[in-house]
Amino acid sequence: MKARWTIINIIVTLYALIPVVWIASLSFKDPSTFTDGSFFPTKWTWKNYAGIFANDDFTRGLFNSIGIGLISTVIAILIGTMAAYAVARLRFPGRAAVLGFSLLISMFPQISLVTPLFQIERSLGLFNTWLGLILPYITFALPLTIFTLSNFFKEIPWDLEKAAKMDGATPMQAFRLVIAPLATPGVVTTAILAFIVCWNDFLFAISLTSSSAARTAPATISYFTGSSQFEDPTGSIAAAAVVITVPIVIFVLLFQRRIVSGLTSGAVKG
Amino acid sequence: MAEIALKGVTKRYPDGTTAVKDFNLTIADGEFVILVGPSGCGKSTTLNMIAGLEDITEGDLLIGGDKVNERAPRDRDIAMVFQSYALYPHMTVRENIGFPLRLSKMDKTEANAKIEEVAKILDIETLLDRRPANLSGGQRQRVAMGRAIVRDPKAFLMDEPLSNLDAKLRVQMRTMISRLQNQLGTTTVYVTHDQTEAMTLGDRIVLMRRGLIQQVGTPEELYGHPRNLFVAGFIGSPSMNFLPARLTPSGMTTLLGDIPMTAGTRRAVDEHKAPEEVIMGIRPEAFEDAELLRSAGVDISERRVFSGTVDILESLGAEKYAYIDLEGAGAIKSDHLAEAMQGNVADERRVQLVARLDAKSGAREGARIDLAFDPSMVHIFEPGTGANLTEPLPS
Repeated sequence: MKARWTIINIIVTLYALIPVVWIASLSFKDPSTFTDGSFFPTKWTWKNYAGIFANDDFTRGLFNSIGIGLISTVIAILIGTMAAYAVARLRFPGRAAVLGFSLLISMFPQISLVTPLFQIERSLGLFNTWLGLILPYITFALPLTIFTLSNFFKEIPWDLEKAAKMDGATPMQAFRLVIAPLATPGVVTTAILAFIVCWNDFLFAISLTSSSAARTAPATISYFTGSSQFEDPTGSIAAAAVVITVPIVIFVLLFQRRIVSGLTSGAVKG
Repeated sequence: MAEIALKGVTKRYPDGTTAVKDFNLTIADGEFVILVGPSGCGKSTTLNMIAGLEDITEGDLLIGGDKVNERAPRDRDIAMVFQSYALYPHMTVRENIGFPLRLSKMDKTEANAKIEEVAKILDIETLLDRRPANLSGGQRQRVAMGRAIVRDPKAFLMDEPLSNLDAKLRVQMRTMISRLQNQLGTTTVYVTHDQTEAMTLGDRIVLMRRGLIQQVGTPEELYGHPRNLFVAGFIGSPSMNFLPARLTPSGMTTLLGDIPMTAGTRRAVDEHKAPEEVIMGIRPEAFEDAELLRSAGVDISERRVFSGTVDILESLGAEKYAYIDLEGAGAIKSDHLAEAMQGNVADERRVQLVARLDAKSGAREGARIDLAFDPSMVHIFEPGTGANLTEPLPS
């Protein structure tokens, strides 16, 4: 039984990792050896990486990605935290509607919105600007943040807030000194998820931009060309793909412990 | 420290249910009052209204003479200990206890001195730098107490603070709370569903049922003079025995034989205009092993003696509980009792008596035993209203 699980584990891990290793391997291959049929590079080179970082469009794309991603995440988390807290703690008319609508938005097929958004943004002057991408990113990150955070807030015992009130805290102090610190792991988790959503987006990035002014890294990669029309940009694309994947992996690894630890243990009996 | 007065306090929820109805009580300065009752009786709601965690629908709440209905919990200057302890998991014990002081912007060194002092009283000095996750249940409980007493509030509110502890620790903590309250002399309102806790801790007990106060009094009053069937059934462990009885001109006829009535009881019963069919109640402690009494040379001519077969015998070392099966007539069916026993009603078709006997009693399972009791220990209840007919009418 144990052996069977090990085998299944290996298969699943390989299935998930082979494309990643392949891309990484490609990024280290010398352009002349792309087609030599070897899975691992026979001739190692940093040239692909040097090339993309020498490319102003790509560095600008990275800058756009980081900027747009961070701004969208911060705003989505700010609004999402408050909305989630309300949904989890307060009984108000329309509470179910808030959750329902956010679920609806997250299920909406994004492709159907691209054309209308393109028209709207063009007439409003938002096309090819940071704001033009930040707005739809917030929209699609919010349902996610409201959902995950409201579940997280529900986990924090009600009694802690009552205790804070009895100890003399104003509602704001109770939130700031008791609830917020306990919610931090949840907020960090959600922020990472929201950031990944923005970071990974290709559809809006390619449709709502027209130059490197606001084009994010994933969209920039699709515009890569070889140094001549006879040269294939495979190596650069692979290197760029690795570059935009690595930060996410580091993020998740760094915060994994924090995400899992669950700071609330010991608050109430148990 | 202050007096707490509730005047006609009522809690009605938007859906129309009434959790607490016309609650009137004045808790004297320094008094230890217990709110007790089965779950859903409104005791916690009452406590939350005093705390300010729930709004008061009608009536007035006065703390130290000031009406505080509309005041936020932080402006009432009362501390609360929660059933779940509600310790802040991200703070150390020191920070937990010091949290109320930090909010009141007390000077750091002064606050630290206070925290140390409280920790000393509660014997948790060595735990001050730990976090709640690394404490045992009893230690968490003490930290929660510490957080309540550190700022010398006008009153303590405790919401079933011991119900998460195991039986042995609960008894220890019970004495600790008792000692602490004596020492501090702070007005305390304590909520529990456990009648033993209520009897042992409180100066006065408020027994509630379905949002209404059933009886307010000292533990002795509630035990010795229960106002109705519910109080009689709820207070005391094991519970009072209830049997059907019929009033006769000379006394009453019961499964335990004819029982004479004293003149005082007769007068009270007549005053109540009692029906012929009543419920008699007698505490397990009222029974004694007749054999033991006879061998000790005690005159039992004034007592009634009956015999029965011991169905089950529980020996607790210091005493024995004998469950005696009185076959025959049906058991009492009463809403009042069902609620007092919290659903733990035994077989409804048989009448079973519990007798609390001396450890020296020779009672054996399956054997017959003669039990003696003093007729003046019998209570008589009206089956419909549940009123205790042996108690004089309230004037």
